[in-house]
Amino acid sequence: MIPGPFSYHRPATVADAVKLLSTLGDEARPLAGGHSLVPMMKLRLATPEHLVDLHNVAGLKGIRRDGNKVVIGAMTTQHELLASDEIAKSIPILHETALLIADPQVRYRGTVGGNVANGDPGNDMPALMMTLWATYHLDGPNGAREVAATDYYQGAYFTAIEPGELLTSISIPVPAAGHGYAYEKLKRKVGDYATAAAAVVLTMSGGKVTTCAIGLTNLSEIPLLADAAAKAVIGTSLDAATLKKAAAAAQAIMAPAADARGPVEYRKHVGGIMVTRALQRAAAKAS
Amino acid sequence: MNDMTPTREQRTAALEGMGCKRKRVEDIRFTQGKGNYVDDVKLPGMLHGDFVRSPHAHARVKSIDDTEALKVPGVLAVITAETLKTVNLAWMPTLAGDVQMVLADGKVLFQNQEVAFVVATDRYAADDGINKVKVEYEALPPLIDPFKAMDKDAPVLREDLAGKIAGAHGPRKHHNHIFEWTVGDKDLTDAAFKKAEVTIKEMISYHRTHPSPLETCQCVCSFDKIKGELTIWGTFQAPHVIRTVVALIAKLPEQKIHVIAPDIGGGFGNKVGAYPGYICAAVASIVTGKPVKWVEDRIENLTATSFARDYHMTTEIAATKEGKVTGLRVHVLADHGAFDACADPSKWPAGFFNIVTGSYDFPTAHLAVDGVYTNKAPGGVAYRCSFRVTEAAYCIERAMDILAQKLGMDPAELRLKNFIKPEQFPYHSALGWEYDSGDYGTAMRKAMETVKYAELRKEQQQMRAAFKRGETREIMGIGVSFFTEIVGAGPSKNCDILGIAMFDSCEIRMHPTGAGIARMGTKSQGQGHETTWAQIIATEIGIPADNIMVEEGNTDTAPYGLGTYGSRSTPVAGAAIAMAARKIKAKAQMIAAYKLEVHEDDLEWDIDGFRVKGLPEKFMSMKDICWAAYNSVPPGMEPGLEAVSYYDPPNMTYPFGAYICVMTIDVDTGVYKVKRFYALDDCGTRINPMIIEGQVHGGLTEAFAIAMGQEIRYDAEGNVVTGSFMDFFMPTAVETPHWETDFTVTPSPHHPIGAKGVGESPNVGGVPAFSNAVNDAFSFLGSTHIQMPHDFWRNWQAAKNLGVFASA
Amino acid sequence: MAKTHITMKVNGAEVEGLVEPRTLLVHFIRENLQMTGTHIGCETTHCGACTVDIDGMSVKSCTMFAVQANGSDITTIEGMANADGSLSALQEGFRMMHGLQCGFCTPGMIMRAQRLLKENPSPSEDEIRMGISGNICRCTGYQNIVKAIQYAAAKINGVEFREAAE
Repeated sequence: MIPGPFSYHRPATVADAVKLLSTLGDEARPLAGGHSLVPMMKLRLATPEHLVDLHNVAGLKGIRRDGNKVVIGAMTTQHELLASDEIAKSIPILHETALLIADPQVRYRGTVGGNVANGDPGNDMPALMMTLWATYHLDGPNGAREVAATDYYQGAYFTAIEPGELLTSISIPVPAAGHGYAYEKLKRKVGDYATAAAAVVLTMSGGKVTTCAIGLTNLSEIPLLADAAAKAVIGTSLDAATLKKAAAAAQAIMAPAADARGPVEYRKHVGGIMVTRALQRAAAKAS
Repeated sequence: MNDMTPTREQRTAALEGMGCKRKRVEDIRFTQGKGNYVDDVKLPGMLHGDFVRSPHAHARVKSIDDTEALKVPGVLAVITAETLKTVNLAWMPTLAGDVQMVLADGKVLFQNQEVAFVVATDRYAADDGINKVKVEYEALPPLIDPFKAMDKDAPVLREDLAGKIAGAHGPRKHHNHIFEWTVGDKDLTDAAFKKAEVTIKEMISYHRTHPSPLETCQCVCSFDKIKGELTIWGTFQAPHVIRTVVALIAKLPEQKIHVIAPDIGGGFGNKVGAYPGYICAAVASIVTGKPVKWVEDRIENLTATSFARDYHMTTEIAATKEGKVTGLRVHVLADHGAFDACADPSKWPAGFFNIVTGSYDFPTAHLAVDGVYTNKAPGGVAYRCSFRVTEAAYCIERAMDILAQKLGMDPAELRLKNFIKPEQFPYHSALGWEYDSGDYGTAMRKAMETVKYAELRKEQQQMRAAFKRGETREIMGIGVSFFTEIVGAGPSKNCDILGIAMFDSCEIRMHPTGAGIARMGTKSQGQGHETTWAQIIATEIGIPADNIMVEEGNTDTAPYGLGTYGSRSTPVAGAAIAMAARKIKAKAQMIAAYKLEVHEDDLEWDIDGFRVKGLPEKFMSMKDICWAAYNSVPPGMEPGLEAVSYYDPPNMTYPFGAYICVMTIDVDTGVYKVKRFYALDDCGTRINPMIIEGQVHGGLTEAFAIAMGQEIRYDAEGNVVTGSFMDFFMPTAVETPHWETDFTVTPSPHHPIGAKGVGESPNVGGVPAFSNAVNDAFSFLGSTHIQMPHDFWRNWQAAKNLGVFASA
Repeated sequence: MAKTHITMKVNGAEVEGLVEPRTLLVHFIRENLQMTGTHIGCETTHCGACTVDIDGMSVKSCTMFAVQANGSDITTIEGMANADGSLSALQEGFRMMHGLQCGFCTPGMIMRAQRLLKENPSPSEDEIRMGISGNICRCTGYQNIVKAIQYAAAKINGVEFREAAE
């Protein structure tokens, strides 16, 4: 299990990174934490001729508050995310989710950008970013642009990113104070991708749901926003019948693959349960 | 002055002998990264070899083109079956009397089979090279389901066996049949079933899994052309056997083969066999004249070098209405993969599976095992168990639960009712074994009392009622397992490997200053032999364990032994150690008698030396005797103090234990929680309780993994779908339950120190405890048997099949 | 492939080497630096046997290229003993609590545990289990590894170590 040969580039600026990626074309791949790419290279399932290591690029790291948004640099690691007081205070669901990603060593190197950018359906952050209405900031040969997380994912490992473009940061509108949240992930063991997972962010007023977003991880070839399920709970107190309706609405859009985690029917079944449990737990946290 | 004289307790403690929780001597180097494992061996000019492997489960190899590979910088050679044929090594004999391709000869028979061996200057170049070898295949229909292996129209897998109507173990019934092995009295058993008031029948499968030690299989082969000598450093659980195998198949004089097993990073049965990597590295070294290293990667390990289990056991018990068992009938369909490479003693094609009567007094039994070929990896190693003993224990322990359920009896009560009684030992089982010792009832009752078994059953009743009322979605299971193992292969009357009796050995050399070195034919892979072997010697001859260096794994220096697997080290080598030590002690007594000027019979042993009976001040310590052995031995006696023992055990040993597992399962997700796991082991005399406890923890963790998800699974095309640590369930500290350990002591009457072996008991007893807990949880919903592994989705599937979601 | 010159600090000493860009850090440590205490168990970032400490982070060195470690400060198992050569608290804890058997996972386990204790000097059992969940041990069943880390934590904190009752 040895990677094929490649040339190594370590740009210092976003402009240089973008220039390298666009000049070198399809044969170049950006390298962030490496936990998806390096194993693929060892199996020679990926054989890029050039790796553009982003670790030295200024301005891709860090977490900052910008008005009613939190901006996370693409090269921010899960470990840094977990250490951030700003995140703990304003978007705690990111903490809850990051703790369920891989294992401690991987979280030291694994980046938020790497988790969301390549369109791996197994990753946890993409569905969560959709649930949080995050915006991805891309920089490329034709300048910078923004893409909503909800518009970014097009297929397994297939995204809105154009050749030569780089994800530089993610901005997330801070959810309302007192919001409820939960990320429910069923996995076989630490380090596994989700058999099924659901993210819920909601607000409550007078015991009834006022706003709600529900994201689904690894239940289709792309992360999903379960709109109909979210709509079904608005205005309710999440009674048993509503929860059942929401789970069914979410299950209606799930299309998981059968794999060693279980057959399609099982993964959809537990997908519904993750939605139900996330809704209940989120509601319990809302104030 | 007298105050300074150590007490007897202090003198005993200073020895750190048997029964002491002696800290391990190995750990000084291991905790500092100074172990010496095979991949740490680096020799000048060393090359690396790596395999081109088959993507197909069954295919004809049309051509192999190495042109582009040979152009890769650093690639020196590409070895294929054609190359190996020039030295008559394209095929190799297996331990089970079959033959196995070293490299694909005409066809491939399992996914990831070795097709070509690329030799290069380093591992990077070798990997580049394998990616440039072009192999043209013609896919053939794969045979994956063992139950279809003997269908009339099943594909022919082993063309080399065409027309061969008899195998190593008798007639073959079909082109994919390997052997049929029967034991027991068929007529008597049939009669018992005819008369039976109650019978049960169930097909109980034990799925294919893999030992997967953290260090994979690897070797360095170095051939010295001038001397004609081959040195092999390798991950070998049985280094002497490897030396003999190499001598026989490579036609090299055995004295010119040096096999060294350095530190080994876990074995669990994976490192008993001989694999194509070893042969290819040796040939590559002979061809190139340079040392060649081969290191398996994890995917190769999981998919190519050996597997374990894959036994499908149709099991029937006959019993009276009162629950007394009267007969046992078992038929096993054994999936051996593409070649029969089981690592069993030669005469035992299904290992010691005839221990399947377990801990129970079956008046009669009959067993038949059919081995078949499929398009899967060869192996059939004993993954932390004696040969096929874990399959047997699972079979009988599951079946006893099924019988209890049918009778409406508590499974623990049924066991107590049918145990072999203490006064029946030595006990002759219906399938031919002589159990050495046991006190099963005491162990079972101690386990039940400790966990408060009756209260657990009450709690379960309440939970079941709550479940039926819809108040909870969790169900509770209590898994009881009472296992009897058969380990310590073995007596030469029963056991050999390639014709070599399965004795083991020890050589002890005492030096003048009262220190010594001891060497054995065994090889630790984590069991801590360097620590425990010295403890046996310490107690036997009264020299502190710290003064005894233990060395294993070098065939030039160690006496011949059959190695470490099947929990045989303590039963066989442990006995050899005690016997060699007693030879030392006998000579020491003669020297002491001479020095103390008394008759030998006037001496008595006293912890660390000899004392003249009735004259306590006349004492000679073993340390002083060591010195005397080198300068003032009695006239006519040879100087020195050394001994060798080759121990051929009179019988196997039969460790046993009572395990109880408490588990809850969420029916909606299939997610289980192990609430409690209690393991009582009786391994006879306990040499180092700390190490025993560690062995039990580790074995239970493996049992947990196997029962709850660890599986080598193939899809219909023969692709392995669980080929990495993502999908092959390898629990971390988070998933692994907390273990409670306990013990009773029933020494083996025939073993010099009464020890029975323990390393494998927790795997053997643990798997049925977990599986019985899952099955017990679901039983009130109407199920009798749910196949392993019990991973989340299968638990959910079981709940669904039982109608749990019917009203939803 | 052209080789790159890299320098780094390993166990306090400046080292250098020429590597291909694709050379994995674990191979650089084991082959170029001849420090073989760092092991390779799975090659797919699951088992943690290759864990080393890089600039204050526990990293699986099988999934990082040596060129990426250029200029960094690395500690491996070979740098874990006390200055006088005696076993450090963690090494002693592993021995005293029988936290190892075959020893193959041990270097990675100790390297991970030392970083865990630096970040959380008095971890609970659950925190230890989560903290070492990137490291697989095939021999011990983890229970004694947990005790070994508790032993070390107590020793480092200067308090008496008490084994939890079974």
